[in-house]
Amino acid sequence: MRILFKTSYVDDINLFQHQGQVFWYGALAAALLVAPLALPEFYVGELAQIFILAIAGIGLMLLIGYTGLVSLGHGAFMAIGAYTNTYLITKGVPFLAAFPLAGLAALIAGVIIAVPANRMSGIYLAIATLAFSQIVEQIVVRWEPVTRGFQGMPVPPPDLLGYALTQGWQFYYLCLAVLALVVLAGINLVRSPTGRALIAIRDSEISAQSLGVNLFRYKTVVFALSAAITGLAGALLAHRMRFISPDAFNFLLSIQLLLMVVVGGLGSIHGAILGAIFVGGLPQAIALMRDYLPAAIARTPGLEPGLFGLVMVLIVLFEPLGLYGRWLKIKAYFDVFPLYRRSTFKRQRSYLKTERVR
Amino acid sequence: MVELFQLLVGGIAQGCVYGLIALGFVLIYKATEMVNFAQGDLMMLGTFVAFSCIDTWGMNYWLGFAAAALAMAVFGYLLDALVLRRIIGQPQFAVVILTISMGFLFRSFAGFIWGNETLNFPDTPFTNQIVNVGGVILSWDRLSIILGTLILAALLYLFFNYTRLGNAMQAASQNQLAAYYMGVRVKRINSLIWALSAIVATIAGVLFAPISLVEPSNGFYGLKAFAAAVIGGFGSLMGTVLGGLIIGVSETLAARYLPPGFKEIVAYLLMLVVLMLRPHGLFSTLQRKKV
Repeated sequence: MRILFKTSYVDDINLFQHQGQVFWYGALAAALLVAPLALPEFYVGELAQIFILAIAGIGLMLLIGYTGLVSLGHGAFMAIGAYTNTYLITKGVPFLAAFPLAGLAALIAGVIIAVPANRMSGIYLAIATLAFSQIVEQIVVRWEPVTRGFQGMPVPPPDLLGYALTQGWQFYYLCLAVLALVVLAGINLVRSPTGRALIAIRDSEISAQSLGVNLFRYKTVVFALSAAITGLAGALLAHRMRFISPDAFNFLLSIQLLLMVVVGGLGSIHGAILGAIFVGGLPQAIALMRDYLPAAIARTPGLEPGLFGLVMVLIVLFEPLGLYGRWLKIKAYFDVFPLYRRSTFKRQRSYLKTERVR
Repeated sequence: MVELFQLLVGGIAQGCVYGLIALGFVLIYKATEMVNFAQGDLMMLGTFVAFSCIDTWGMNYWLGFAAAALAMAVFGYLLDALVLRRIIGQPQFAVVILTISMGFLFRSFAGFIWGNETLNFPDTPFTNQIVNVGGVILSWDRLSIILGTLILAALLYLFFNYTRLGNAMQAASQNQLAAYYMGVRVKRINSLIWALSAIVATIAGVLFAPISLVEPSNGFYGLKAFAAAVIGGFGSLMGTVLGGLIIGVSETLAARYLPPGFKEIVAYLLMLVVLMLRPHGLFSTLQRKKV
């Protein structure tokens, strides 16, 4: 078992707590940097997809995992980011300007939904965000001069200072860079005073309020940030798909995002990324399994949403802490080897907490 | 004028379906504080089971109806007893996520068993029957939904107010602990409520099936019914049916008089407006705890 002695304040501020972490995260970074050289083009594209999902996952994790506000409509912010980015680029705005503007558009949408959302809680908030996403979907369908409705829009490749990123590996590095920035921003946000305030709101709104946390302000901030990050992911997703139409951003996308943060483990950046690997990798796994399954099952069109559903049910029932929680449990088991107690991660509360009286 | 009247009847019929699905939400929410996002999918499953009973196994309409309701009641009971009871104590969004994913699972399951093509529901005693009320031609399909809802609402009222089990359910939903101390078997009551709510969903589905198509994506009606439940405030059963009527009528009117696209979102717009003005619903019974 590793015991950390902190001898200066810098030890608390350092991103890496000990040499082991430096080594393993360095190895991961190096592996990701050389991956396009070693992997076939198809898998490079799939990795880029996972990075995009991870960016959106971090956006949603800030909202659900750290602040405890459930959103069932984050696909809408992705749609806003994707359409803003694509529309601006087709109007001749360079990618480096259109990309942040896409995030800004999603941020503004986030603030707009945050103002009424501040008055709601729990289930009402979830359903209001769902309604919001349905409304955005209809706007995308009907606002044809801008979005071209069901015809869809082709998305030109992103360009960096006049140099078009047409190759798969170039786009891979773009996504990797954005993901790295978002991860850094996310880690720093959740350990800043703002992040602590968000966690306080998640654990108890009443105590957070009593300790002087301005609920309205912090909820608006987290909605805006979460929407902006998700909007950036949407802009990248548009480039990845090369063609966007309203049905790419339907209810299922919002549910996939939700699945990501739940499967990965709520309340950790690691969880968002593990969840993205899971959700991004599942279609591939299904495609590989199709050859071994009986034809009648393998050819069912609804197989993928059904499997998503099944996995979510099993995770909620048997591993509420998600993949990252499972990893922490395994690590704790070996850290304290013969002394691991199952109750270490057990929930204290085992009764229904009423939300009727707030 | 005649057209408006016909639209209104159509809207009320549609609204009754929303109201009935929403009734299922509210029954479960009042008793267990769980929000069942799979309610629309329970309706869809109920419709498919009834379809199988009537069309495939050649049962009489009423017999098939009853068999489907019974089968779904057992299903609802087991769902609570085997799955949902296990997550009591987890945060509320765990329930949201669990029921949403159960919805996906049911939809996939229905697609697997009955196929993803739309099916036409077999003829019912109401098919192609029309009635002429003062020059307005109304079809029995729609009237049967309205009548069915009225009868069901009356039965539920009698059940909750005049039977032992209904009273126990009310007691358990008002205060589980107190009800438990008084000898109400709360766990079993909760499972029975799930069964009741599955029956209501099946009735909604079977009444609705003749004027809609039968397909797995019918479960998405549950989302609109949710708007009805929110407008009704998740509190009173009658408020919920009223919420359903508001949604159904405004949707039908929007389809006729507003630009395309509004039909799909008018339910959500109404709900958002209600949530902004009264964050806990129009007819809600929620109180705020003073710190």
